[in-house]
Amino acid sequence: MKQLLEGSAAIAEMVKLCRVQVVSAYPITPQTHIVEQLARTISGGELQAEYVNVESEFSAASVVLGASAAGARAYTATTSQGLLLMAEVLFNMAGLRLPVVLTCANRGVSAPITIWNDHQDAMTVRDSGWLQLFAADNQEAVDLHLLAFRLAETLRLPVMVCVDGFILTHAWEPVNLPSQAAVDAFLAPSAPIALLDPARPATLGALAEPDSYMEHRNRLFEAVEGSMQTMERLQQDFERQFGRRHGPTAGYRVDDADVAVVAMGSLNGTIEEAVDSLRDDGQRVGSLKVVSFRPFPAAELRRDLGTVRRVVVLEKAVSMGSGGILSAEIRNALYELPSRPMVKSHVVGLGGRDVTVRDVREMVLSTREDAPLFFGLRQPTAVEVS
Amino acid sequence: MSTAVSPGHRACLGCGEVLGSRLALEAAGPNIIVANATGCLEVTTTSYPYSSWNMPWIHSLFENAPAVASGIEAGLKALGKAGIRVIAQGGDGATADIGLQSLSGMFERGHDVLYICYDNEAYMNTGVQRSGLTPSLASTTTTPTGTTSDGNRLPKKDMVAIALAHGVPYVATASVGYHKDLQKKVQRALTFKGPKYLQVHVPCPPGWGYSSSSTIDVAQKAVQCGLYPLVEFELGQMTSARKLNKRIPVDDYLRDQSRFRHLFTGAAARQGIEVIQAIADANVRRYGLA
Repeated sequence: MKQLLEGSAAIAEMVKLCRVQVVSAYPITPQTHIVEQLARTISGGELQAEYVNVESEFSAASVVLGASAAGARAYTATTSQGLLLMAEVLFNMAGLRLPVVLTCANRGVSAPITIWNDHQDAMTVRDSGWLQLFAADNQEAVDLHLLAFRLAETLRLPVMVCVDGFILTHAWEPVNLPSQAAVDAFLAPSAPIALLDPARPATLGALAEPDSYMEHRNRLFEAVEGSMQTMERLQQDFERQFGRRHGPTAGYRVDDADVAVVAMGSLNGTIEEAVDSLRDDGQRVGSLKVVSFRPFPAAELRRDLGTVRRVVVLEKAVSMGSGGILSAEIRNALYELPSRPMVKSHVVGLGGRDVTVRDVREMVLSTREDAPLFFGLRQPTAVEVS
Repeated sequence: MSTAVSPGHRACLGCGEVLGSRLALEAAGPNIIVANATGCLEVTTTSYPYSSWNMPWIHSLFENAPAVASGIEAGLKALGKAGIRVIAQGGDGATADIGLQSLSGMFERGHDVLYICYDNEAYMNTGVQRSGLTPSLASTTTTPTGTTSDGNRLPKKDMVAIALAHGVPYVATASVGYHKDLQKKVQRALTFKGPKYLQVHVPCPPGWGYSSSSTIDVAQKAVQCGLYPLVEFELGQMTSARKLNKRIPVDDYLRDQSRFRHLFTGAAARQGIEVIQAIADANVRRYGLA
């Protein structure tokens, strides 16, 4: 049944439907509405779960780590500085193969401090071993959370669902929320196995010396890389049951396109409008949404972009001293193609800078190879010049 | 399961910490889950694929054992699993420095967890660097003695007071030198619901510079000179303090350890010892140990 809901409320409702047993979080804008609603849901008795109020994101991540190891379905949400503070725990959780689900309400990072959206937070922990899924709208955000719990528990890997801060978390959109019975049919209502169990004593988090560390890291690498097959299977299950599909990539009018615009997250709505308007002008333009950043859909990108002449990547994160992160990985994937498209990167929307349909049109129509990496920079103000 | 911590681990000869942990966890009995901070205790006991731990045991990071234990406790509660006791353990650096915020959170939230700090008074795993629980005037690799320094200038952090300030229902100190007292305190602690804090003095032969056969002797001397009072607080009230029936001057404790050797040489030799004696005297007055 479709309901008009704020993105955060819709996500919290889905997390409740997933029957989480332990929630731990530390408040940070723009994540707060999600965890506030979960706290109300638990205190109101609608969800039987422990809500652990902690003194930092570091402890929030550590609490869900412990809860997950004890066998509970555990969830946390954060963003930006909070995600960076969690970074050490995130790597550890992936190494311990704990199926925690985390919502990242994507936000830029300090300095200068910003509360507004970009993807620098999530992209900075891309090497941690977490699966990372980016939602383009609130329906996708809701669906990806259900998929995330199933993926996490099937693969024994943590999953991060990235949702653009404010743009999605605070936007009211009609969202189709499944019934409890439908969620239970997709995701077993019972908790996964308990690794910490006095009946079966096991040591978790042992010291690996040079003779075994690489093998452990290789097993994690293979698990994350190989998760694409499981994702494909679960996407099919999801589509069969709910009639919707979310990636790992999704094309829009891209099959016969000369130019493909590639992006992650809510930019895709704007991009699809720009594609329509460029098509109206007779331009053979399409777009491709990257939903799964980890695992990286290299084979899917080669399939989807194999025939385009030019790829325009719009990305909300940058590696200082190098360039766009998403575009670098796309170039890496496409390098194997016999005839490679040009790949142009535009860093856009940092710290909440708006990206309009006109901006997207301009980036697509511009063939200047020497265009600056950061799109649409403004002239310095009088104050900055002095 | 004959012991909580199996032999064959890689701790040094005479290690007070591994002995302290074995005594504590054997006293705790079956049906426990342990969350361990990074440090000597973890490194020496879990070289993959071996493990000394005969109970479900998890090591996550240096600074988060209290939060991991909090999560385990919350998870067990959510799963309706009753009767399993959660114990977190770490060294003095993990407890009083890098993990203090996490420990404060665990205390404040009232998790039903016994936290045991094995206090060997410096970062031994990384090579004897100063921690917040390093005693005054001890020489460590980051507070070396020299022409402008006579060792650690900072006082030992009072973790007992910090735990009591959180309203922790059971707070106690113990020593591997008094193993029956240590085990009795673990068992007493576990009769309380909510957070418990136990700080166990565990001498370190290489870190303190004494013979590895003297660990128990050194530990007993620390107590008998008044530098390591063995106290017990229940619901905020002191319920026991071990009397010093064979009280010794601090000299007798300090003399055997190379970390205090500089206090016995040179022109100003006695000054440092007098400072330390004053700390012991203050402990005796504060807790009524005489």
